[in-house]
Amino acid sequence: MFGMKADWSLEVFERYFTIGDYAGGEARWCPGCGDHGILTAVQKILRDEQVPPERTVAVSGIGCSSRMPHYLGTFGFHGLHGRALPIACGIKSRRPELDVWVATGDGDCFSIGTAHWIHAIRYNMDMTLMVFDNGVYGLTKAQTSPTSPLGFKTNTHPGGAILPPHNPLTVTLGITNASFVAQVVDWSPPLMYEVLKAAHRHRGTGFVRIIQRCPVYADSLSKAMQSDPSKVLLLHHEKGIPIDPAVKRQFPNQIEHDPSNLSAARDVAQNDTLIPVGLLYQNPDAICYETLSSQGIEFTTKRRLAGLNAALDRFTI
Amino acid sequence: MEEKYQADSSAAGGVQTVPEHIVEIVSDSGEGAQKAGQTFGSVSAKMGNGVWTVEIIPAEIKPPARSPAGASGIRIRLGSGYVTNMGDEADLVVAFNEQVLYSRIANGAYKAGTTVLLESKWKDDPAAEIQAQYSRAVGEFRDNGLIVHELPMDQACREITPNPRVGKNMFVLGMLCHLYARDLEIAKKEVAATFARKRQEVIDLNLRLLQAGHDFSRDNLGFQFQVSPLAQQGEQRYIVTNGNTALGLGVMASGMELVSMYPITPATSASHYLADVYHDVGGFVHQAEDEIAAVGFAIGSSFAGKTACTITSGPGLALKTEMVALAVMAEIPLVLCVVQRGGPSTGLPTKVEQGDLLASIYGEPGDAPKVVVAAATIEECLHFVIMSRRLAETFRTPVILLTDANLATGVQPYPRPEPSADWLAPPIDQTDWDPTVPPYDWDEETGLSPRPIPGMVGGHYVLTGLAHTNESKVAYDSNSNQLGCNMRSRKLAALAGTLKPPKVYGDDQGGDLLIVGWGSTLGAIEEAVDRARAQGHRVSSLHLRFLSPLEPGLKEIFGRFKRIMTVEINYSDDPSAPLITPENRRYSQLSILLRAQTLIDIDCWSVVLGHPLQPGMIHRVLVEKLAAMEGQN
Repeated sequence: MFGMKADWSLEVFERYFTIGDYAGGEARWCPGCGDHGILTAVQKILRDEQVPPERTVAVSGIGCSSRMPHYLGTFGFHGLHGRALPIACGIKSRRPELDVWVATGDGDCFSIGTAHWIHAIRYNMDMTLMVFDNGVYGLTKAQTSPTSPLGFKTNTHPGGAILPPHNPLTVTLGITNASFVAQVVDWSPPLMYEVLKAAHRHRGTGFVRIIQRCPVYADSLSKAMQSDPSKVLLLHHEKGIPIDPAVKRQFPNQIEHDPSNLSAARDVAQNDTLIPVGLLYQNPDAICYETLSSQGIEFTTKRRLAGLNAALDRFTI
Repeated sequence: MEEKYQADSSAAGGVQTVPEHIVEIVSDSGEGAQKAGQTFGSVSAKMGNGVWTVEIIPAEIKPPARSPAGASGIRIRLGSGYVTNMGDEADLVVAFNEQVLYSRIANGAYKAGTTVLLESKWKDDPAAEIQAQYSRAVGEFRDNGLIVHELPMDQACREITPNPRVGKNMFVLGMLCHLYARDLEIAKKEVAATFARKRQEVIDLNLRLLQAGHDFSRDNLGFQFQVSPLAQQGEQRYIVTNGNTALGLGVMASGMELVSMYPITPATSASHYLADVYHDVGGFVHQAEDEIAAVGFAIGSSFAGKTACTITSGPGLALKTEMVALAVMAEIPLVLCVVQRGGPSTGLPTKVEQGDLLASIYGEPGDAPKVVVAAATIEECLHFVIMSRRLAETFRTPVILLTDANLATGVQPYPRPEPSADWLAPPIDQTDWDPTVPPYDWDEETGLSPRPIPGMVGGHYVLTGLAHTNESKVAYDSNSNQLGCNMRSRKLAALAGTLKPPKVYGDDQGGDLLIVGWGSTLGAIEEAVDRARAQGHRVSSLHLRFLSPLEPGLKEIFGRFKRIMTVEINYSDDPSAPLITPENRRYSQLSILLRAQTLIDIDCWSVVLGHPLQPGMIHRVLVEKLAAMEGQN
């Protein structure tokens, strides 16, 4: 009656998720650690995007960063040192509908897990890859990390780090099929939120290097960066990430950078006097490996049995 | 003209009926001997013979031509009965040059009276040195009792193709088809199927070479062998595959949808096979960046509810160690097939060994109880994958399935499985999870617990490789760690409780000697036991499929025999070697396990020669062991 269809129903959110739904155990990072802010940003994004907690999997390796799954109210996989990415890729391979977040660190990703970092970028599976980079090994108490600056004193290099640091941005931008490369600093929560949200929405591996404070073992590194905002270079572009006015005020040093321009992105990454923040590169059309690895997931039992019998018939005498 | 090829006509003479025959084709690498032999094996199986084929593989891709080290080829053992192993010395060999035979002779592959069909073109080679090598070799072969027929196979092929190097193998297949009275129509179908992806001219050329080889043998060799087929099998259908293909079929039949692998000899051909057909059942082969990533990817998939399989060999198993321990610790189902090769380190990549048993059971730091099973036949390579997936999911554990290079490349007919829906994995469970049930809701009697899978509302938990409570919460306290270890170990006891005691082959009531084996040595051991029993010796054998947990009742069975001895292809000290005493002797791997588990003084005999154990060899060992026991009494 009154022209209403009988099967019409109200669009009602049966489940609405609040920040609390994404809360796991109480975070045990040190006071002042940049990881707390990253956790908050992730929880807010999950809430804002209304991702069901049971469909979310947070995967990590070993290190301070990799404690993150324990603090999220989602499925989690706290794996092995350096091996978060193969596990995350495997999770995605036959369950492409799962929302996968990877939490890893400078030691975990850029040192012991290097091979997997290179190849995961190439697989470009749809996941958010956050590298918590504090320039030091924290969980094992102050050893040199691949991103520790030259001369940085640690327990393994008491006279100071003896090699110049590794540049994860140039490496990542050099990998075939890289599709989203961004960098943020943890002391700019609005920028971190926007960049992580864009990485999450991006179809492919959203690589975000998060330069993050370790007040216990690498306080001098972040203090130097925080005390001189002109060391930071804010990237902005109409195709890039929406920049909050507060962020623009925080980082006066700015350039317009087109994230679809790979060679420009490499030039920005190569700059070793300024720390670029924002989106360096994005290609929404790169191949995602799960579109290949998940082929056949919809096969019925009948079809599987038919395929199996055909395979057996080829050898039947 | 005929007599020209008849070096020794005493071996010739009409059709000789034999219960079985062992045939080898040996050539330089790349001359297609294996393809010819596999086809000959398939034709023979289709004609109802028992068959076992084993490849002779050089370790290098391109070894030098005409060198003993480069010997590449195949052995086919045909029988009127079921054939379970490669047998002892060959009865007939086709050799593409004389040098490759030296390596086979050094391996004891031939006996006085073995017929050699030798390519004779080297006799007239432009290089004087080759001519000299050839005539010297022929003389030596004859002095050693080999019956050498020098045949101008290359010349005969030239009448059909300008390049016999790529076609001679089909010519040889044709010769063998005549020599063993094979149905040429079946052979033609096999050849056409082998070259199905090639152009029609290529298929036609190979068929002409096949026919020419057949006619050449008919016109020039005055002898034939008849190996009668097996008795009628009734309605039972058979398939013919090697063990690696059987593994691939097993993966498909198990319902696993993902194989995550990294190339490694001799395991890779299982993945090659799957890469060809897996999409027909909706599956995917992931070639990972390394062995660790391969198992990590499989573990990720398994965690997400799609139990996956990884296929590797010893060096890969070593690299996967930490991941296997994670799967044990966090109770993730996983099937890990290990196609064993010679070790340690890079070892003997193409050759057989059973050296990964203890590494499989005990390879991880800390206590990492898991299921370890070993296939003893090619048929078991298929069925054990299905069983392994079931065990992995039921017991929430990794399962290591051991095979080896002998099973991997051996080809045998076996009953065709008739798959049913319940072999396949059920769709992943996505029903809601009762949030009051912890993710490790261990039954303290069995250690078993149900498993939440991503997507289950209320099921979320954080899996960790750290010590944890039943809530999967990281816990460093003493009681949690002890309980977790207890629960993971208890699952093996629960599984052992469901197993039956193994059957004794020979005399169940007991006797003087019981041989215990595992894996691919089954056929050779039982054949040796048959021979010894036929001579009146009181010897029996027992073959284990479950190595972790061990099958029950072993101590009681062992108690019925005066002496127990394992026979294995892994290293043990020869008790008579310098410096070796009963106190410092290092035992073979299964004997270490059985001695520890049963407290019985179990002896062992094992060698690491890189080739499968042969029945004649084992028979000699049994008889010597019995004689030594006699001497001690």
